[in-house]
Amino acid sequence: MRTIKTVLILAAVLLAVSAPVFAKGAQESAAAADPEVTEIVYWQYFYETKKDTVDTLIEMFEAENPDIRVVQQTFPYEQYNTKVASSVPSGQGPNVINLYYGWLPTYIDSGYLQPLPESTFSNERIEAEFFPLVGAAKFDGSYYALPTAVRSLALFWNKDLFEAAGLDPETPPETVEELIEFAKILTKTDKNGNYLQTGLTMELRAQMHHWLREVLIRQYGGAPYSADSREVTYDSQAGYDAFQFFTDLNSVEHIGMPNFMTDDVTAFSSGMMGMTMDGSFRLGTFDKLDTLNYGVTELPSMNGVKSNFASFWSNGITSFTTGKELEASIKFLDYLTSDTAMSMWLENVGELPAKKALAMKEEFKNDPKYGPFIRGLEYATATKFIDENAQRMVWIDAYDQVLLNGMPVEDAVDQAAAAEQQVLDTYYKNR
Amino acid sequence: MNDLPASRGSLERTKRVWAYLFLILPIIFYVLIRFYPTFYAFYLSLTNWDIVSKDKQFIGLENYRNIMQDQVFWKTLSNTGKYVLFGLPVSLLLGFSLAYHIDKAGRGEGFFKAVYFIPYITSMVAVAWVWRWLYQPAPIGVFNKILISIGLPQQQFLFSQSQALFSILATTIWADVGFQMIIFLAGIKGISVQYYEAAEIDGANSRDKLFRITLPLLKPTIVFLIVTGTIRYLRIFTQVLNMTYQGEGGPLNSTKPLVLYIYNSAFRSFDMGYASAMTVLLFLIILLITLIQLRVMKSED
Repeated sequence: MRTIKTVLILAAVLLAVSAPVFAKGAQESAAAADPEVTEIVYWQYFYETKKDTVDTLIEMFEAENPDIRVVQQTFPYEQYNTKVASSVPSGQGPNVINLYYGWLPTYIDSGYLQPLPESTFSNERIEAEFFPLVGAAKFDGSYYALPTAVRSLALFWNKDLFEAAGLDPETPPETVEELIEFAKILTKTDKNGNYLQTGLTMELRAQMHHWLREVLIRQYGGAPYSADSREVTYDSQAGYDAFQFFTDLNSVEHIGMPNFMTDDVTAFSSGMMGMTMDGSFRLGTFDKLDTLNYGVTELPSMNGVKSNFASFWSNGITSFTTGKELEASIKFLDYLTSDTAMSMWLENVGELPAKKALAMKEEFKNDPKYGPFIRGLEYATATKFIDENAQRMVWIDAYDQVLLNGMPVEDAVDQAAAAEQQVLDTYYKNR
Repeated sequence: MNDLPASRGSLERTKRVWAYLFLILPIIFYVLIRFYPTFYAFYLSLTNWDIVSKDKQFIGLENYRNIMQDQVFWKTLSNTGKYVLFGLPVSLLLGFSLAYHIDKAGRGEGFFKAVYFIPYITSMVAVAWVWRWLYQPAPIGVFNKILISIGLPQQQFLFSQSQALFSILATTIWADVGFQMIIFLAGIKGISVQYYEAAEIDGANSRDKLFRITLPLLKPTIVFLIVTGTIRYLRIFTQVLNMTYQGEGGPLNSTKPLVLYIYNSAFRSFDMGYASAMTVLLFLIILLITLIQLRVMKSED
């Protein structure tokens, strides 16, 4: 009996210790391929129009390159980042991967991505062709990823609500003063001051933290970060003014509140909010609604200053991709960032071309829906996020401190700046 | 054992070998899926692993030192404590009084049991979302609409630092109370009628019967419910993830339980080492509570 026990325990320990080895072996065996054709794997999150567009692009690409086969794999958006992260330590995964630009530092840092080869994607070429905001994918002098499309913010207004409130449905606000004035007219409350309809979104959890960070602070004459993005610089008068302005929208101007109708997309979709600020990717959502009659315009200016926030999903090449697979991946990435791909992307997905010359074509620039976003790209900045979740949370907490606890705006902004600086320091301290 | 006849011994032996063979599969499964990761977490807690790095840098007790100074850790730990300290007694009390009265009512027992038990078997995600909408400000939130219609001011509920935790707790108790009720009811049914008859002959009133017969005889039931309930309330997670925006446990961390903080550290910030260290601490806390409960149970026997 004792011997059986000992054998069992030994077996269990052995299994436990060797488990990772088994796991690795199983994954590697799947990579067998036909020597004639080079197979590469592409990963992105599942978004129907994105998946379908890439499927079409792959067909076209394979017709031009019969010796390459591209396999697209998609994952649910909610689990995508975790899925990618958990594939890293095993050294497994795709050859070409679609990543949110704000995640790049983590993956570059871990050695998951390789710098794009100078031969095809020289810095000169990228900087001449793409919008400068693509610089958010440049680390230590090299580009690690390139987008097919970029997104910026614009102001959406509900024409029916404008008309009902006695405003001209074809004249959206152009300045921040007009924004507040119009929003006040659009806001409806009951006799106790409870909102029945709001004028403007206040959702820091959605896009408004970008508006605060890259638009308002700059419009008040400040800058959110130092030029090298390593230092938080909004704990300044401009930062205080911007945050005071933002919190006042709720507490002084009474033109809306966060969480109205649970979130701003719901509120605007259901015709309970007069104006919202959102990305070009939201056009698809709103276009599906027959009941919603809306217009899009550039973000309002303040003190004559225009500013915007841009973001993008970009394609990089994983560091374990070598030899023939690397050659094939470079070709595929070049195809994904071609004018053909970008034009298709705008039409099918609703995201804007990442190349300046293409985006600025008259037909795109003056499009009633895409136009305002594209014009916004000219003065947009892509925040160099290290941990976007944490950096957004900092502003949400500051807002709650002011609105719930009555903390002075200056203290709340200083606290936010200190908390965000800590996030940046954790990343930059060894660089 | 050795002096048994040889044939008998070999039969016993065969049986035992078979028994072990059947047991070995679950053992292997548990070792691989449970014990190995558990012990691995102890090791990870001494590293600064961020999931995506190949090497795990050993940093000794630094994670634990940082935790001691992490205000969010202490905040979430105290939130977890509040969930247990307020949630468990209230749900036990409600569960018992429901069971007690359903038992007394006699008629329609099946109906009442079903009504109170349905929330318990409903998916917590669905429950959380429905309640999240109930708590919204007007014009969506039903609770606030009722308040407004009777002339009372709107309440912040999930958006207030003081009310949010209790709002989430109310949802949890609503879903949980059916389970406590069913177990209490089974316990009450198990008490022999003879005790009550004898007590009535001795002139006991219903109060005496409750405090001197029912409750003392329900002790094993109560102990069972406290032990399982403590674990359930310590692990509150789904509710908060679904009832606060993007699962952030706000406002200002006022509803975030320790488990959610661990989850966010590990799978959103990819701070595996730090999350593991907090897991080890939570493990020690649960171990301590369980040991105390076992000791109390033993001494009362």
